[in-house]
Amino acid sequence: MTQRITIDPITRLEGHGKIEIFLNDEGEVANTYFQIPELRGFERFVVGRPVEEMPLLTNRICGVCPEAHHMAAAKAVDAVYHVDIPSTAKKLRELLYSAFYCTDHTTHFYALAGPDFVMGPDAPVAERNILGVIHKVGLEIGGKVIQMRKYGHTVVEMIGGRKVHPCTSIPGGLTKGITEEQRKEIEEMGRWAIEFAQFSLKLFNDIVLSNKAYVDLILGDIYTHQTYYMGTVDENNHVNFYDGKVRVVGPDGKELVKYAPHEYMDNVAEHVEPWTYLKFPYMKKVGWKGFVDGPDSGVYCATPLSRLNAADGMATPRAQEEYEKFYKTLGGKPVHQRLATHWARLIELLYAAERWVELATDPEITSPNYHTIPTEKPTEGVGIVEAPRGTLTHHYWTDERGVVTKANLIVGTTNNYAPITMSIQKAARSLIKKGTVVTEGLLNMVEMAFRAYDPCFGCATHSLPGQMPLEITIRNADGEIVDVLKQFVD
Amino acid sequence: MSEETKPFEPTIIGFTCNWCSYRAADMAGTARMKYAPNVRLIRLMCSGRLDPTFVFKAFANGADAVLVSGCHPGDCHYINQNYKMLRRFHLMKRVLAQMGIEPERIKLLWASAAEGAIFADEVNKFVEQVRALGPLNWNKGNGVALETPVHEEVPA
Amino acid sequence: MSKPKFAMYWAASCGGCEIAVLNIHEKILDVDANFDVVFWPVAMDAKYKDVEAMEDGSILLTLFNGGIRNDENEHIAHLLRKKSKILVAFGSCACEGCIPGLANFSPIQQVVDTAFSTISTDNPNNIRPQTAYEMPEGTIHIPTLYPVLKTLDQVVDVDYYMPGCPPESHQIAAVIDLVIQVLQGKAQLPPKGSVIGAGNSTVCDECKRKRNEKTIKEFGRIQLTHADPELCLLEQGIPCNGPATRSGCNARCPSAGAQCIGCYGPAEGVVDYGARLVAAFGSVIDSNDPAEIDRILDGLVDPAGQFYRFNLAGSLLRAAKPAWKSGD
Repeated sequence: MTQRITIDPITRLEGHGKIEIFLNDEGEVANTYFQIPELRGFERFVVGRPVEEMPLLTNRICGVCPEAHHMAAAKAVDAVYHVDIPSTAKKLRELLYSAFYCTDHTTHFYALAGPDFVMGPDAPVAERNILGVIHKVGLEIGGKVIQMRKYGHTVVEMIGGRKVHPCTSIPGGLTKGITEEQRKEIEEMGRWAIEFAQFSLKLFNDIVLSNKAYVDLILGDIYTHQTYYMGTVDENNHVNFYDGKVRVVGPDGKELVKYAPHEYMDNVAEHVEPWTYLKFPYMKKVGWKGFVDGPDSGVYCATPLSRLNAADGMATPRAQEEYEKFYKTLGGKPVHQRLATHWARLIELLYAAERWVELATDPEITSPNYHTIPTEKPTEGVGIVEAPRGTLTHHYWTDERGVVTKANLIVGTTNNYAPITMSIQKAARSLIKKGTVVTEGLLNMVEMAFRAYDPCFGCATHSLPGQMPLEITIRNADGEIVDVLKQFVD
Repeated sequence: MSEETKPFEPTIIGFTCNWCSYRAADMAGTARMKYAPNVRLIRLMCSGRLDPTFVFKAFANGADAVLVSGCHPGDCHYINQNYKMLRRFHLMKRVLAQMGIEPERIKLLWASAAEGAIFADEVNKFVEQVRALGPLNWNKGNGVALETPVHEEVPA
Repeated sequence: MSKPKFAMYWAASCGGCEIAVLNIHEKILDVDANFDVVFWPVAMDAKYKDVEAMEDGSILLTLFNGGIRNDENEHIAHLLRKKSKILVAFGSCACEGCIPGLANFSPIQQVVDTAFSTISTDNPNNIRPQTAYEMPEGTIHIPTLYPVLKTLDQVVDVDYYMPGCPPESHQIAAVIDLVIQVLQGKAQLPPKGSVIGAGNSTVCDECKRKRNEKTIKEFGRIQLTHADPELCLLEQGIPCNGPATRSGCNARCPSAGAQCIGCYGPAEGVVDYGARLVAAFGSVIDSNDPAEIDRILDGLVDPAGQFYRFNLAGSLLRAAKPAWKSGD
């Protein structure tokens, strides 16, 4: 008789999902199914809307990374109007985007994935959260994480108009620029972000890389897959989140293709299964061969790990140093161990912070020339950015008035649906064998296979059952104490 | 679609203004002109009082059509307010069309107090026009879970 | 003494409301100090079965965001209603449907068909998702999509409404302060059914731009002009929804140069948000001639979408006719 274990809903990530594990008579995993139960229908209901609303409407695909949709949409609507936006506008958008990346990667590492690593994969539910992390590594962390989120969202609001769902990108550029005063503040916060990123990498080293059990987990086969890897690169083949070409390398690290946004259709297709509302993108030139690894299978992933695998290096010096250390430690390129994504994410955090400062100190950044009025008739356009969770593609068609007639979206996490499905299955198969007692902690280790791919949610410090003695010292960018908050501390 | 034993009788809400169109309807009545009884009249002091909400509510609550009637342009008792209604009406018609309510279900009629016969005649024409369109039944059939349709067999 | 219980759940939503709650930054510690978080899928590992096991009414405060798109969303809405003393429709989706409510312009079959036949979709057999599917090991299920997206109060009794897409963090912080004061016996909860965490006026009231009498001869598009940053956007012909939208957001978007798109929902006393905007926009058109009025209106390329952008599911008409199951 088949036994069935259901994990519903999956937790500590953004979005809805359900995992079904079927065991055979021997108590081994016969099969697993990872189903996505939601469909809202953006591709349908944006039809009929004026195309300049797309950066606003598509924000609402994801309130954790609306910045990603906003930017992909902004680039797509620029392309629809065939307008080249002013250099200042490009830089302002990328500056917003870099600050957003810092916020997003931080909160995923500390609050979503961190607990599994820092507390232990099968630690009790009450401890397996950000507060458990703080308890273990020190109260100062909580304050830093709050500060990083605050700084990131402050930049987003200064350039994007709002903290969640930015509103300033329009065809031709932006609706506003920044003042010198704002620029100074942004630069200061950026410099703090670099320190914070370096601190985070050191933390990862001290807690994870110095712990043999964790290193074995990372290097072990249970969370390892050999697939294609996708990421956007600039003209030097360095990782870039905002602009460039999409590069895909194979399991052997060799380049399969490097394509411009308007060429995505030649390279990516989406496979359909009847038991889920989400589709499975794959490399068209290789073909869909099912949920299998290897160079003959079109399955690819698009994550921080993929981006590092697909690139030849990082565009900023400190991040480049970390990149080299990463591959040296893990035995060369490409790295296939999915848990290493957490490390790759922190390297990206450092790059984003360095890029933040680079752009904040660019002489053009405060220029009032942030918008060009489009003169061409709107027709069709594609915009691609790297969302933290993967390559994000927006493609719109309009009529001559600029009203959307059709839209196609391939969203970050969607890229990873096939490899996630495979990772869950492999983890379940490795962990659950004849005679295994299936505990909550064991099921959490199955969920960990998912968490490496999807850093979508911001959760600085959140509250959980229990009375936690906590003292948080909040410092401003100059290091002065602004406030001290205590609870259950005398 | 079920068989109708009687012809469908449209339910029409008619917004009229106190000084002109309501008096036109009144005149038709007192002169015993026979005209279709399908229009339920609501009297506003002025057609400019017409809040589009009234029209949306009428449709939402089951009206098959809406008639809006006021003084002729230039003759508004309050000088200019029927022009306000005119602008709202044009915009409202576009919005309703996007909602799937045919433009033929909403009618604007200028009628002075002396035009009882014209009023009656226009109402009759409108009722037949709406009868041909059929019932709107706005609030029927909502909230029922839709079975995701089964499609062709998935090949092995 | 144990702390009162708190839960937050997302139905058909985007996660922005969760982020908005976290953007109260240090104030999250006040939540921690005063509540036990028992269910919050994004942040901690309690599952549906844990909620089912809770006593009825044992959760003091539940913030429910997201619209009701499918039967699972409705099931959890009923479950949380049963287990909660106070249920708040949190954010635009739960209050009025928000952006996913735009799907109500189309029949749900068309929504599904579009998603499964896009230009990059490889679907030669025209497969559609099946709510029940036979696998060799057993039957697996996904939720059934409803023909029309619904608001939270269209399926359960709601105690309070907190509008915004998402609600502004300073408003959330203020509401948390109020609830903590209520817990300490220092304040009263507002009457059931109230809108909380928002203002009583319109966005125009909070907007710093200069306003004169509006006489519009042409409606424009924001990208096709360099708008005057000091002057009312609607006055410049840019379709701003400020006049009918509830205040509470500090008019952030007009401050940043963008038109208000209406994410805070209907202002106090507005019965149908779209109808109110029809009146507002009708009144600024500078013409009495039907032909010219039409020409000016041609500049509004998507009036229903603009006027019901966040509010379609919560409006009087709720959905366009083709979306109703019995549309024949």
